[in-house]
Amino acid sequence: MSEIFFYALSAIAIACSLLMLFQRNAMYSVLYLLVCFFAVAGLYIMLNAQFLAVVHIIVYAGAIMVLFLYVLMFLNLNTPAAFTKTNFLRMAAIMTGGSLFLLLFASFYKSELVEMPMPVTNTTGDVQTLGKVLFNEFLIPFELTSVLFLSAMVGVIIMNKKDKANG
Amino acid sequence: MDNTGALSEQMRAIPLENFIMLSLILFSIGVMGILMRRNLIVVFLSIELMLNSVNLLLTAFSAYSGDAAGQVFVFFIMAVAAAEVAVGLAIIVLLFRNTGSVDINVLKRLKW
Repeated sequence: MSEIFFYALSAIAIACSLLMLFQRNAMYSVLYLLVCFFAVAGLYIMLNAQFLAVVHIIVYAGAIMVLFLYVLMFLNLNTPAAFTKTNFLRMAAIMTGGSLFLLLFASFYKSELVEMPMPVTNTTGDVQTLGKVLFNEFLIPFELTSVLFLSAMVGVIIMNKKDKANG
Repeated sequence: MDNTGALSEQMRAIPLENFIMLSLILFSIGVMGILMRRNLIVVFLSIELMLNSVNLLLTAFSAYSGDAAGQVFVFFIMAVAAAEVAVGLAIIVLLFRNTGSVDINVLKRLKW
């Protein structure tokens, strides 16, 4: 049963990411990637990482993709001919990506995975367990994340502020 | 909480190798997208896809080894990705304001 779910979700993820690549309109690319992210969230649930699945949907579908869509509508790119012709580059990119995949796959195939200690309980991805780890071992990085967000926010606002001299 | 049996059953059904393969495929598609597309926004989307594949791999290893630290790393990666997207899209908007295009070849001007 879970096998069927796994293969269906991974097929959706791979198909949607490929469709994202070969889509002419950037708007459709964003929407296909959104579907791919939902499939990945389903895989998180299969891995019993409920907290991560929820955060993934909230952050990616709720924040990042909305930001992308907003910027796309803001830019109003209605001229598909504006981009340079890329037939040679397209072939080169496909070959490069394919050979990278072959390289990664070969190294994965040749390597032997270390025997994982089977987890005793199934509560690795629970909010409770994650919260305990996050606020004990990783408290300082967690607080530093807020500084990162603050600096990103200030940076974005300052970058996009119009100069007073230029009007 | 007695769902230990369900997890080990699922682990027998789906070995860790399947998750590694899926992550490899998604990562390669992301690399392909970065090299192939000329639209800066789609390049950014491909970067997001690559980050996601790494997140999936970290989560899989974390779940299969029963160590919650890996999932905390994924949480941090998501936070960094959100900040990165905000700054990157601001740069794209600035670029569009100055050049009227989001073609990646516009950045050739940075040579001079």
